[in-house]
Amino acid sequence: MAAFTLKINGQNHSVDVDPDTPLLWAIRDGAGLMGTKYGCGVAQCGACTVYLDGQTVRSCALPVSAVGKSEVITIEGLDSKEGKAVQTAWVALDVPQCGYCQSGQIMSAAALLGINPQPTDRDIDLAMNGNICRCATYVRIRAAIHGAAKSLEG
Amino acid sequence: MTIHEATLSRRSLLKAGAGLAIGVYIAGGGKAFAQAAPAASGVNIAPNTFLTIDADNTVTVLCKHIEFGQGPLTGMATLVAEELDADWSQMRADHAPSNPALFKNLAFGVQGTGGSSAIANSYEQMRKVGAAARAMLVSAAAEQWKVPALEITVNAGVIRHPSGKEGRFGAFAAAAMRQPAPADPKLKDPSQFKLIGKEGVVKRLDSAIKSNGTAEFTLDINEPDMLTVVIARSPKFGGTVASFDAAAARAVAGVVDVKQVQTGVAVYAKGFWPAKTARDRLKITWDDGKAETRGTPQLLSEFRSLSKTPGKTVRQEGDVEAAVARGGRLIEAEYVFPYLAHAAMEPLNGFIKWEGATASARFGCQFPTPDHAAIAKVLGIGIDKVQLQTILAGGSFGRRAQQTMHVAVELAEVAKAIGPGKAIKLVWTREDDMLGGYYRPFSIHRMRGVVRDGKIEAWSDTIVCQSIMKGSPFEAMSMKDGLDSTAYEGSHEIPYEVANFRCDLHQADVGVPVLWWRSVGHTHTGYAVEAFVDELLEAAGKDPVEGRLALMGRKPRHAGVLRAVAERADWKNAKLAPGRARGVAVVESFNTFVAQVVELSMEKEGPRVHKVWCAVDCGVAVNPDIIRAQIEGGIGFALGHILYAEQPLDAGRPLAANFNTYRSLRIDEMPEVDVTIVASTEKPSGVGEPGVPPLGPAVANAMARLGVGRPRQLPIVRGASA
Ligand code: FES
Ligand code: FES
Repeated sequence: MAAFTLKINGQNHSVDVDPDTPLLWAIRDGAGLMGTKYGCGVAQCGACTVYLDGQTVRSCALPVSAVGKSEVITIEGLDSKEGKAVQTAWVALDVPQCGYCQSGQIMSAAALLGINPQPTDRDIDLAMNGNICRCATYVRIRAAIHGAAKSLEG
Repeated sequence: MTIHEATLSRRSLLKAGAGLAIGVYIAGGGKAFAQAAPAASGVNIAPNTFLTIDADNTVTVLCKHIEFGQGPLTGMATLVAEELDADWSQMRADHAPSNPALFKNLAFGVQGTGGSSAIANSYEQMRKVGAAARAMLVSAAAEQWKVPALEITVNAGVIRHPSGKEGRFGAFAAAAMRQPAPADPKLKDPSQFKLIGKEGVVKRLDSAIKSNGTAEFTLDINEPDMLTVVIARSPKFGGTVASFDAAAARAVAGVVDVKQVQTGVAVYAKGFWPAKTARDRLKITWDDGKAETRGTPQLLSEFRSLSKTPGKTVRQEGDVEAAVARGGRLIEAEYVFPYLAHAAMEPLNGFIKWEGATASARFGCQFPTPDHAAIAKVLGIGIDKVQLQTILAGGSFGRRAQQTMHVAVELAEVAKAIGPGKAIKLVWTREDDMLGGYYRPFSIHRMRGVVRDGKIEAWSDTIVCQSIMKGSPFEAMSMKDGLDSTAYEGSHEIPYEVANFRCDLHQADVGVPVLWWRSVGHTHTGYAVEAFVDELLEAAGKDPVEGRLALMGRKPRHAGVLRAVAERADWKNAKLAPGRARGVAVVESFNTFVAQVVELSMEKEGPRVHKVWCAVDCGVAVNPDIIRAQIEGGIGFALGHILYAEQPLDAGRPLAANFNTYRSLRIDEMPEVDVTIVASTEKPSGVGEPGVPPLGPAVANAMARLGVGRPRQLPIVRGASA
């Protein structure tokens, strides 16, 4: 065990865990933030997607000891204009079914719009294909990303 | 469910003085509800209500069905709101606790969700709840305003009298509680519906909490001093612990205890990571004496030989052998379907706290009544001493309802093994979930058909498949003549008129636990029947749509969706780009009729499906947008599995442990989907499952039209990894 101070959503959290503990479990069981999900644990599904210094990472595959002073943003702290636009579009189109994958989908979608405000279908395919949705809400995810992009235009 | 019972519980509740609750079944208010807040934190086994109205006009519906994406929270609230004449914005919903007397599925007699039955069994019941509450509110207003009740109208949550008096529900909720519940409240004529079947007025109640990370799933339960439990289970089905050494596991920081339970060896730790790390360090010797040790190749060859002999007859008409003897073109096809894992996005899990004399559990429980009894039995206490609350689940596809209640049993066992007073979260890892069995059964269909003079003269289908129900507590009530209908449903009654017909079944015994998987038997029977009829029609020189329609004289709803989809896709005249082809299939499951047309091309790895047109007839369409969503999702779910998914066994050991080897459909492979909901006045039927079955055979039939043949063994892309 070792103590780590993680900066998550602008707040410092002290977690006392083994250095090999994936960031995902430090966020969930350590900091008690439950919006970030566990789906596979092997960087296959994207349910655990968070931002590390603004970049999307699979938190299930990143040991907490590698985080250092980097800033972590989770779904609870997503307050960029792209994030808000994506969440609004998600609700407007009733994208979620079971909802379990959607924190990760939204983090990836908001990150995409942050670097590419007008993504094509192909851009969406490339940016979103690391996020599995077993309910296959993909039709609406695509439509909602286009919708969010449109809402950000004006 | 009758208003009579309602009145009784209402009275007892009135005595208890629960002021603002109204309606048929009554409980204290003050719970946290979906949309307002993520999931209830407490459980309450006392008489509960389907409906509460708060002073702030919020109407909360308790949903007796589990929400795992298919929309019952929204669906139940729609039915109540319609008859209550509520405004959609005031509606909320949350899960009902386990209580079969109040919350049973009227199709099953016990509380549970499955068979796409949620809306079907609740359609009248929940509308009556809304209508009764409306009548009680109106009586209360009439009393207070001293006007005849008949002069009062209710619209969009506002109660009005022509004199100008008006008020909202909250103001009359307490007084309404003192009104008698009407014995048989009058329901609206469908022509008066404002919410049911309407586009754009009803939005899902759970979208916001599922878009901001606040929706609470079982994995998210986090109580003070809670222990997370991860279990090492036998790598082979039926294996048991011979001996184990937990020294290395106990040395992991954060581990609190290690116990042997029926399913294996359980590690209790402060948090998931130490529990999993320690679990992986257990040294266990397994006794495989009773384990299943056959691999997929051996099962395939055994099933194949069986399929060449007649099984037990399920249904027979005319004489297939005589028709074969009369000549014509005999066509044979063998279809092979693999074991499939459900792989819901949230792996299996559960939460329980056992206090010795009482216990409370909560998890994404799909069949509360049997799970409730199973927990009580393991703990040796009465059912009335156990509270069980269903909460949101991250998908199921059938996996969270087990004929053996094995998750509930294991949950209670881990609580019992460590002793009372501990809050316990049992977590299956993704690998545990995928390797843990309860798969869609492995099966073979051996089809034979005779085409003579452009006509299908004979049809036979010999199925080899494991039974889901055999050996379970539900065996007696769910099997007919020793045969499990989930193995042949859809094969024994085909929508096509064929004079000489036979369907027979070999119910094979394999030690791999199997389970219903989104659309159950139709996952394989739909494929076998629809690919084969297409092949026979091709041999007969008929168009796939016209040829089917010509044989569907007695099946108007099948024909209806088939015509609708053909028209929508412009089947007859569409000019396809070079290298593209279309295929069609139509399958009825759970009383819902679905026809699909797919358009695809072939790429290096396999087919790429560009677009799917779908027509669905599910009777009265209660929530059109949820129907569309379920069809879209069902198509994606089906496509991923027919293309890539298989759980292979090596000497009895399942091999696909995670999404890298059990490949899931991803967004770049998702086709465009066009859904047509066929107008219908029939009773509503479900949509959670019926979107799945036609997709596979429609893909196969399109591949045949492209000249690459109908795949006869699934998955289509064999040996695919992600
Ligand atoms: S849980 Fe991290 S990618 Fe699946
Ligand atoms: S909404 Fe269920 S997994 Fe994506």
